[in-house]
Amino acid sequence: MSGAICESYAVEAGAFGTAGEASGKIKGVLRKLGVPSALIRRVAVASYEVELNLVIHSLGGTIDLSVEPGSVVLDVADRGPGIPDLALAMQEGWSTASDEVRMLGFGAGMGLPNMKRNADEFAIQSEMGVGTRIHMRFRSPEGTGT
Amino acid sequence: MKAAEILGLLEASVLMGPLPEEEIMTACGSDMMSDVLAFPKERMALLTGLTNPHTVRTAELLDVPLIVFVRGKVPGEEVLNMAEDAGICVIGTAFTLYDACGRLFAAGLPGGTGRA
Repeated sequence: MSGAICESYAVEAGAFGTAGEASGKIKGVLRKLGVPSALIRRVAVASYEVELNLVIHSLGGTIDLSVEPGSVVLDVADRGPGIPDLALAMQEGWSTASDEVRMLGFGAGMGLPNMKRNADEFAIQSEMGVGTRIHMRFRSPEGTGT
Repeated sequence: MKAAEILGLLEASVLMGPLPEEEIMTACGSDMMSDVLAFPKERMALLTGLTNPHTVRTAELLDVPLIVFVRGKVPGEEVLNMAEDAGICVIGTAFTLYDACGRLFAAGLPGGTGRA
């Protein structure tokens, strides 16, 4: 596979009914491009986690997918409200999700740490009242290419 | 372990077939999809009591070929149709999550402890 592919997916705040659809589309794109399945799974997990965070915690945002030779990149931006304490938010098990969200099977406080675990590069910036940006790069295992 | 053996060990019934032909390599039991996302493995069976559409969405994203609903829970038609569209087999057992996992583990199906 060669050449860069760029796609953008909007994620609506509170849209639990459609949560996961953007990640499903991302997975479909990667599969069509012949990206190795182990890499697809890592991207899909991180994408689903970030999509759920956008639905649960944000005022809405976008997930931008870029497929480059050798790697897959997700750039995520939301419209707020921002994360007050990033160090706390990165701890496994820490969550501000509501009981309603937990009833759906989410909000265990694993989202951000799980994104970081699956990505080869992970960067997060957040400003209260402005929003949160997350950059994740997933490298293809050497020799398999994307 | 073959899905047919899992069906027998759990005295389960098929809610949405067919049973996958591929070997099931491991299993994960949880009602929290957040936890399932944290420890995905190749060709994993998912045991859960959570019957909402997010169970199927999570399974689909992780390429889970088999979902086992425990405690006699039967999901709605929408959920079963989603599983059919995703090519995921769904079976149901009366055993609790703990007992169902215990039966599979004792029969040699390993868990997924440790990072993927």
